[in-house]
Amino acid sequence: MPETALVREQMRRSLVIARKDIRIYYSKGPVIIFGVLFPVFLFLSFTIGRHLSVDFMIPGLLGMVLFFTATSISPIVVPWEAQARTLERLMSCPVRIETIIVGDILASFAFGVAISLVPIILGLFLGVTISNPIIFALAVILAAFCFASLGPVFSIPPTNLPATINMIASVVKFPVVFISGIFIPLDELPAWGQAVAYISPLTYFTDIARHSIQGQGHLPIAVDLLVLLAFTALFLVVALKLHQKTMPRRI
Amino acid sequence: MNNDVAIQVANLSKYYGQLLAVDHISFTVGRGELFGFLGPNGAGKTTTVRMLTGVVIADEGSASILEYKAGSLKAKQVTGVVPEMANAYADLSGWDNLMLMAELYGIPASVARERGISLMQEMGLYPRKNSLIKTYSKGMKQRLILCMALVSDPEVLFLDEPTSGLDVQSARLIKDLLQSLNAKGKTIFLTTHDMDEANQLCDRVAIIDKGNIVAIDAPEKLRMATSGMHSVEVSFDNMVSPEVLANIPGVNSVKKLGDKYRLYTTNPGELVVSLANYSSSHGLKVISLNILVPSLEDAFVALTEKETEHA
Repeated sequence: MPETALVREQMRRSLVIARKDIRIYYSKGPVIIFGVLFPVFLFLSFTIGRHLSVDFMIPGLLGMVLFFTATSISPIVVPWEAQARTLERLMSCPVRIETIIVGDILASFAFGVAISLVPIILGLFLGVTISNPIIFALAVILAAFCFASLGPVFSIPPTNLPATINMIASVVKFPVVFISGIFIPLDELPAWGQAVAYISPLTYFTDIARHSIQGQGHLPIAVDLLVLLAFTALFLVVALKLHQKTMPRRI
Repeated sequence: MNNDVAIQVANLSKYYGQLLAVDHISFTVGRGELFGFLGPNGAGKTTTVRMLTGVVIADEGSASILEYKAGSLKAKQVTGVVPEMANAYADLSGWDNLMLMAELYGIPASVARERGISLMQEMGLYPRKNSLIKTYSKGMKQRLILCMALVSDPEVLFLDEPTSGLDVQSARLIKDLLQSLNAKGKTIFLTTHDMDEANQLCDRVAIIDKGNIVAIDAPEKLRMATSGMHSVEVSFDNMVSPEVLANIPGVNSVKKLGDKYRLYTTNPGELVVSLANYSSSHGLKVISLNILVPSLEDAFVALTEKETEHA
């Protein structure tokens, strides 16, 4: 079979895996708690009583919700399946390890995009306007894919305990939220704070959201999009390469 | 490659850290053969199956399924697998699990539906097809996993302990299905602990111990080739000491079993004549006398014990 036909066939099977993940994992407790409830409550606890404008709050809320939801499923599927003894069955099917990981990423991506509509609709309801909606939509899609690709990076260590992977993910995810311009705009951060912010992919999405909703950002939108693209490529390469080594060790 | 060969394994090895779990094993399985893979716990059976099905990567050696490299997408496409201790997705119904497998093998939906109905009916699962797996019994789950392995109509089927711990009815259904699949020309690689199962089902068996294959042959030939394991079971109307029986020509060893003695020999025919002579010359009456051929289990124990002594 030519390589392009093979890739198409494997992509179709990734979609089958994504659909399976959506049916099984969207309703799991840790996904709902860490993916939906937690970012909303965390955001509320940092914003209530600070008399912030809706235009400032919505980009932050959107960034946080998108980041948490898009990284809520993809880290736990592989350890969960290894623990439930369904992974060996899946690995013996005619699918590559990359196909399995891409399927998990697609499920997480769809969850991220779907849930991010809630703060967007809430913002529109509260009178927020989005300048350049096409670039904004592109940014939401790119960021959801970027964050969903970060998820499997957390699950590279070959442990079959989802709680351990959730712990590893939390150790990274929480600091990221605080350094990405969600609660404090990048322009108000000291130079060292801004330097730290640049290592977070969430910074660049939040910046695009502020451009689109507040009409001003810290970096040019093109730079934000390019850096998000670069982070996506990096996370994908790392996840796909390293899971090839560690996935057989889970069995 | 020879078209009559379904599975070819050459010097396949797997290390787990310092432990050599599978030690340069080589064998072939013919097309349409039902091949048994026997061994004690930890012998390397499951690791071998996992290397052949592409779940675990071999450290040395090579293997092929039909003409394809083991673990390649093409090899997986022609293979059905029932892994040891595998589960179906508990949050999906039996039918959805089956259709998921069909989609992962790229089976057209109409073909998958037709096969799915037929398989579930054959395995007695059709009335429960829409129930979630979490409501299935162990036997039902294992029958469903077999259906999942067969929905792609594979040429080669790997089963790792498929009847282990199952109720009699489920085990029998699975064994009957394996026989009928084999009669249709499917190649079946069956890992089992159950000597009776191997004896009933398999054309040939390989015995693996400590990662090495210690014997490969037809079950009957393995039984008969187990020298010194033939025996004659005899009981007399009076007590006879085992030491006296051990001195009868042709007796290799004696085991007392209740009021009977089992005399191990390489030539049971000659031993029966010697026993008749002994009893008449000592005024004893033979109450019962049976010639026993070694079971596959005897052969298995003898071969694996020999390997232990050798080690």
